[in-house]
Amino acid sequence: MSLKRSACIAGAFEHPTRKAPDKSVAQLHAEVMNGALADAGLSKGDVDGYFCAGDAPGLGALSMLDYLGLKVRHVDSTETGGSSYLVHVAHAAAAIAAGRCDVALITLAGRPRSEGSSGTQPRNYGASAPDAAFEQPYGPATVNMYAMCAMRHMHEFGTTGEQLAWIKVAASHHAQHNPNAMLPEVVSVQEVLDSPVIADPLHRLDCCVVSDGGGALVVTRPEIARDLKRPVVNVLGTGEAVKGQAGGKVDLTYSATAWSGKAAFAEAGVKPADIQYVSIYDSFTITVLIQLEDLGFCAKGAGGRFVADGNLIAGSGRLPFNTDGGGLCNNHPGNRGGMTKVIEAVRQLRGEAHPAVQVRNCGLALANGTGGHLASRHGCATLILERA
Amino acid sequence: MSNAENKPFFDAAREGKLLIGRCQACNEVHYYPRAVCPFCASDRTEWVAAKGRGRIYSYSVMRRVPKPFAIAYVTLDEGVTMLTNLVDCDFERVSIGDPVRVVFKPAENGDPMPMFTPA
Repeated sequence: MSLKRSACIAGAFEHPTRKAPDKSVAQLHAEVMNGALADAGLSKGDVDGYFCAGDAPGLGALSMLDYLGLKVRHVDSTETGGSSYLVHVAHAAAAIAAGRCDVALITLAGRPRSEGSSGTQPRNYGASAPDAAFEQPYGPATVNMYAMCAMRHMHEFGTTGEQLAWIKVAASHHAQHNPNAMLPEVVSVQEVLDSPVIADPLHRLDCCVVSDGGGALVVTRPEIARDLKRPVVNVLGTGEAVKGQAGGKVDLTYSATAWSGKAAFAEAGVKPADIQYVSIYDSFTITVLIQLEDLGFCAKGAGGRFVADGNLIAGSGRLPFNTDGGGLCNNHPGNRGGMTKVIEAVRQLRGEAHPAVQVRNCGLALANGTGGHLASRHGCATLILERA
Repeated sequence: MSNAENKPFFDAAREGKLLIGRCQACNEVHYYPRAVCPFCASDRTEWVAAKGRGRIYSYSVMRRVPKPFAIAYVTLDEGVTMLTNLVDCDFERVSIGDPVRVVFKPAENGDPMPMFTPA
C-alpha cells in the first residue's frame, strides 16, 4: 500500500526552551502537545492516535497517555532513536490510511542539558543488550563512534576536515536569524578547525549542541487538514530502515539512509534533483555528509566536495539545509534531532521559515533522521513532504 | 554483562584466547559470536579461536576525557570486523590499514578483554 498523499502534517510545534531546570519531561510533553494542537487548530479531544518513542517517561506510551489525559484508539511507541519521529509520521500515515485513527499526535521532550548529559559519556542501552558485553568495555560514546565513520570516510574518499567544517558554517549562517538558537554566531571554517578535537577527527564545532526542549506534530487525513486554517503539507513518500554490524561485515561508509531514502523517493515518485529544501539530522557534521550521499544528492564519496564552499547555505547554495540552524547551532532536544527536522521542513513548505532563509516557492522538501550510533546499530527514516 | 550464551568468550579471554562464532550450516564466521547464526539462522554454531591478527578498519582517539583512549574497529584475518581498543602504542603513529595483533588487557570492570597493538 502506498502512503502517497494519504495523510498531512497539520500541526507542528517546537518548544522554545533550551534549558528547563524547573520542568519535568512529562510537563514538556504536555506543553508541546498543546503547541502543536493550537498550531493545527485542533483540540485534545480530537486526538485519537498517539505516538512517542521509548525515551518518553514511563512504559511505552502508557504513562504519557495517562498523564496527558488522552483517550486514543491507536498507539505506537516505535523506538529508533533520534529518527523515531520520522518513523512515527510514516506509521501515523499508515494508521490513518487503514482507518485506525484520524488525528495522530507525536510528542518528544527531554532535558539532557539540565541532567548533565554529554556526547563523550558512554551510552549504555542496558546490560541485557546482546552487544553490550562485547562493546561496553571499550568505551563507545556517541562522539567517538561517529568519529570512526568520519575517519573511514576520510581514508576511503579523501574527505577533509575543512569540507566537514563547511556543514557547520552553513548551519551557523542560518542560526543567526533564529532568536531561539543556542549558538547564533556565524563561524568560519577556520574557527571550526581551531576548536578543540573531541574525538579524532571531530572538533567541538563538528558536534551538535546539548539542549533541553521538545517538539510535537499532528498528522491527520487530507479531508480534515483541508478544513483547517493552515497550509496543507502532504506526506508524499516515507522510508525506514535499520542497519547494524551485519554479523561482523562492518561498512561505515554508508548508513541505513541508503535504503530508507530509496523507499521514500520511490513512493513519492520524485528524484533528489526535485527537492528544494532538506532537513538532515546533524548530530555531527559527518552525519550530514553521509546522509546526503546516501540520499543520492551526490555520488558516494563526493559528499565533501558537495557540501564545501557554502553549498548548503540558503539563498546562495545549491541545496539549502537546516534553515533553523539544526542540531549544530539551534537545539537538540532530548538528544534526538528527528523531530526538529520535520518541523523546519513543515515551516519551509508553509512559507513560515525566517524570511532570510525561506526557500522561494518551496513546494517539495525532504527530512531525514538517524538514530542510535551510525558506527554500530542505527535506524534511519526519510520523509518527502509537499505543499498541497 | 556476560550471560549463559556468551560466557565461553569471556572465559577464553581470561586464558588469552580470542573466540569468534562460526556456523556449521553455512560455514560463515560471525562477530560478535552468538548461538543462532545471524546469516542463516541455524543453531549449529560453534566457537572457533581466531589467530589474533588483523588490520585497523577505523579508529578514533577520545581526547576530552581524563585518560585519552582509542576505540577501533579491527578486521581480523578470518574476515570479521570487531569493536575494540588500540593499546600500547603512540596514537599519533597509527593509521587505518595498519597490521595489529591481539593482546588481553583488563577493561574497566577488571576482566581481560581482547585489544590490539601494532604487529
